[in-house]
Amino acid sequence: MENFDVIIVGGGPAGLSAAISAAKAGMKTVVIERGDYPGTKNVMGGILYTKATDMVVPEFWKEAPLERPIVEQRIAMLSGDESILAGYRDPAWGVEPYNAHSVFRVKFDRWLAEQAEKAGVMIITETLVEDLLYQSNNVVGVRTGRAEGDLGAKVVILAEGVNNFLAVKAGLAKPLKPASVAVTVKEVIALPKEKIEDRFCLEEGQGATIELYGDSTAGLMGVGFIYTNKESISIGVGAILEPLIRNHWTPNDLLENLKSKPYVKRLLQGGETKEYLAHLIPEGGYKEVPKLHRQGVLVVGDTAMLMNSLNREGSNLAMISGKIAGEVAAESIKSGDVSDQAMTVYETRLRDSFVLKDLHHYRHMAKFFEDNPHLLKTYPKLFSKAIKMYLTADGTPKKDRQKEIIKMALENRSIAGLIKDVYGAWRALL
Amino acid sequence: MKLDDKLFLVRFNTDKLNHIKILDPNVCLKKCQDKPCTRFCPAHVYDWDEEEKRISVGYEGCLECGTCLIGCPFGNIDWKYPRGGFGVSWKNG
Repeated sequence: MENFDVIIVGGGPAGLSAAISAAKAGMKTVVIERGDYPGTKNVMGGILYTKATDMVVPEFWKEAPLERPIVEQRIAMLSGDESILAGYRDPAWGVEPYNAHSVFRVKFDRWLAEQAEKAGVMIITETLVEDLLYQSNNVVGVRTGRAEGDLGAKVVILAEGVNNFLAVKAGLAKPLKPASVAVTVKEVIALPKEKIEDRFCLEEGQGATIELYGDSTAGLMGVGFIYTNKESISIGVGAILEPLIRNHWTPNDLLENLKSKPYVKRLLQGGETKEYLAHLIPEGGYKEVPKLHRQGVLVVGDTAMLMNSLNREGSNLAMISGKIAGEVAAESIKSGDVSDQAMTVYETRLRDSFVLKDLHHYRHMAKFFEDNPHLLKTYPKLFSKAIKMYLTADGTPKKDRQKEIIKMALENRSIAGLIKDVYGAWRALL
Repeated sequence: MKLDDKLFLVRFNTDKLNHIKILDPNVCLKKCQDKPCTRFCPAHVYDWDEEEKRISVGYEGCLECGTCLIGCPFGNIDWKYPRGGFGVSWKNG
């Protein structure tokens, strides 16, 4: 059996970041990936954050395969055929040091794996890890699907993605529940770059994002998104599995529903669909973060439920958790202590970073939306009606119109209800 | 755009081994009225076969998201990853 210092299960942003930091600390490190190469099994909406990536590979933007730097973020709230829009644009986001880029994971993860290899990491592909190896209750390596496929390690880092098979087997995580994952589908739709830049009012090469709420998910708890790539648009929609099942939606019908919205249709017009993808997003939040460590094991990225859905941040939480895990693995191995106690340093550092601070900050959010499903139905409709009434020039004096709007709002939601919603939102989000 | 046309765009390296198993077909027939797997799977891998009175599983088209493992109300779908190197191979990701 070949022995390593650190074995990392999974070649996504979390696993590869862990590998890079462990190898840089002098560890004999291997990443085991089930795909043809890192990237071919990996899906996300498509936004990569600069700061976190820069901490793993300094000045990555000079070489990495990126699509477009994001200079504008829009939020749309859809109600039937109506849309309410808000957005923020800063041309400074289009130049160094940037804020975020759209990326394709197949290309980007492959590149990140090459950076890991340059740092001395070995990458084993087309290999599925089936279980951890134990010696009198201590984790001492992994069992792969290959013949004579046992590999020894002092520390195993679980970066297996949202489907947390190994973390469950190791007693660290519980099986996922329909209320804590969003089933998400996406299409990549090819369009000439000039058309993309015209439709989104972008300078050459720059990018925009739109997150769409309300009827974008037919009122289900979830979100739609549109991201610009170099010569394509990614459009997707994700909804929490439990209400999706209860309301008899199929993921593809939800995506077609979004694509048919007047505001969306025109952005995609004439495009040719190149790929249809599906993925789960871990939405359990802070309260469902699993046990992050045990003797000889650390849990990172999606496997650790590290996802901030409100700000659609995931890749950055994955990379920072991976980086910290690689460092802690190396320190523990060097000090000759990989006990559960020694591994708590990983959790402490995550708590000191934005990763667990942000999850903790939004810890009431999932339950707030779960307990108040009316929010995503009542308010988009109410706001749309109010704005339409305000903007329609039909000879009604504005003072009378404003009274009508208040009357309409209170017919849709009582004062007590409004106060309860505002207080709930305040508590969940601020 | 129809789902079948979209799935036609996905690249697979199909394994001859099936990585999905319905644990007890009787549960689908007798206990499961709703059969949500025929809807929630983004690739429509699961379909109710009225003649054979069982769920048919088109594992070759599985996009490996894991929804079925979590969504089956009876925990009756044994879904694993395909063997290393097999299954979906994204072009963009």
